[in-house]
Amino acid sequence: MEAIIQTEDLSISFGGHVAVDSVSITIPSKKFTSIIGPNGAGKTTFFNLLSGQLSPTKGSIFYKEEEITKLSTTERTRLGIGRSFQITNVFPNLTVLENVRLAVQSQKKVRYNMIAHFRHFKQFEQKSYEILEKVFLLEKADSKAVNLAHGEKRKLEIAMLLALETELLLLDEPTAGMSLEEVPAIIDVIKQLKQEDDRTIVLIEHKMDMIMDLSDEVLVLFHGELLAKGKPEEIVQNETVQSAYLGGMYDEKQLT
Amino acid sequence: MNLRSIERSTWIYIAIALLLFIVPFIVTGRSMQFILIQIFIFGIFAMSYDLLLGFTGIISFGHVMFFGIGAYSTAISLDRFDSTIPALLLGVVLALVIAAIVSFIVGILTLRLKSHFYAMLTLALAGLFLVAAEKWRSLSGGNDGFTFRLPELIRDSQSQYFLCLVSLIFIFFGLRRLTKSPFGKVLMSIRENEQRTESLGYTVLHYKVIASVVSGVIASFAGVLYIISLRFVNTSVFATDLTIDVLLMTIIGGVGTLIGPIIGAGLVEFAHHWLSGLSDVHWIFERWIILYGTVYILVVIFFPLGIVGTIQAKLFGRTVTKGLKDNKSKVS
Repeated sequence: MEAIIQTEDLSISFGGHVAVDSVSITIPSKKFTSIIGPNGAGKTTFFNLLSGQLSPTKGSIFYKEEEITKLSTTERTRLGIGRSFQITNVFPNLTVLENVRLAVQSQKKVRYNMIAHFRHFKQFEQKSYEILEKVFLLEKADSKAVNLAHGEKRKLEIAMLLALETELLLLDEPTAGMSLEEVPAIIDVIKQLKQEDDRTIVLIEHKMDMIMDLSDEVLVLFHGELLAKGKPEEIVQNETVQSAYLGGMYDEKQLT
Repeated sequence: MNLRSIERSTWIYIAIALLLFIVPFIVTGRSMQFILIQIFIFGIFAMSYDLLLGFTGIISFGHVMFFGIGAYSTAISLDRFDSTIPALLLGVVLALVIAAIVSFIVGILTLRLKSHFYAMLTLALAGLFLVAAEKWRSLSGGNDGFTFRLPELIRDSQSQYFLCLVSLIFIFFGLRRLTKSPFGKVLMSIRENEQRTESLGYTVLHYKVIASVVSGVIASFAGVLYIISLRFVNTSVFATDLTIDVLLMTIIGGVGTLIGPIIGAGLVEFAHHWLSGLSDVHWIFERWIILYGTVYILVVIFFPLGIVGTIQAKLFGRTVTKGLKDNKSKVS
């Protein structure tokens, strides 16, 4: 089993609080891995370390056996690590199409062209429409991102990630804050992604049925530490996970 | 190029430009021509400012340093050598090259900073240039400045008018293309959400530095035209007031548009002219700066999008600048 990303002893602390504590994991290439854990377990922080939004206090990260700990977000994206954000993070005053087109443009490496008019890049637009169709957002192409409903923003978030065509997709709670009727559409999109074989997907989620359905492997984070890893069925059976997860979820202290 | 593919707005701008070419044959009064020239110059200066403020979301309080560099480079060149076209061209080349180098260095050193620190630092740097110009008397003539002769060709106000108008048109259409290019789209995405732009694989710092170099070079060119129209230079070309003036023009006209700063420049220049002309009527008009301040506050409160922005929002429901405001509130 080939590893796409590997962390060794990865830690980060904010002030005295250790958010991610000596996490050493291997994420297999071309598999679907999920990360679960109660709120505040350090899942998003862990993603931020992988994608370069934060730099670790200790430890290292390897992408395809090359160390990337010191690389910037930009460089990691260009290597092939793409992510979506839990808190919707789009370009609010650009249209949906423009949002996606910026990602396509980056993927096509047209970065510093100041002379040509954008009209001459029709293929970007074509590509953007195709991606929007995939995430069922085509009819909103000309609306400004700020005017989208929450669920639509989540779809846009995924569309931008798809446009980058990165090998590794880090999905940070793609269904967060969605109404029940919006969730199936997103799950469909993710399932489609899973079927494209050359993708490695890492998903942070709370919805257990979704995790059970999709994952090849599940990692459990708790208080910043790696509590368990294994096949979904194993994880559900695991007693430490059950007590930690349920205990953590309903512990008043965890919520504050 | 296919004529059909030209946008309708482009035709409108071309028509306005053509009209402006006829104006000096109708309006022959020298003072009125002078005002128009000043509008063109400050229109250029304000557009360069808006490339940073409105398109990239960079707030600079020291933009006048590039204006001053352009002004002094050309003035000194014309003063030291003879007043010929080659000396003028040398001055212009110096102005553009020095401005490019300074803006590049300033950009590399400071654009990594968060926006309010950047704003403060540019203010300090512009102050440094002002002090340098005051103290280096042998070169700058200090506070008193110096006058110089212009080459024959651009001595009369009509040829200056055409020089400034042609420059304005070139820079306007150049910047318009820039902002509609793939590069320009990335600038706008930086304005909207810097972190997200980075995670799409763009090196934000490069874009900011390039934008500030382009903007600095254009501001410097505005400085060149400015001293040509005055035939005189002193340290006031480095005064922070000028930065505030262009900020005002940009905001009144419409942040995040290119025509906005030009309209803003027109309004501010005309207001200045008329208000100070009214000083015979009442002493308050001599203190036109007070009125200025009032107008500024009213615009920011009631038309935060500026004239062009408000019209666009009313007509097309487009509000290009809202992101800028969001960004600002995020910073604080």
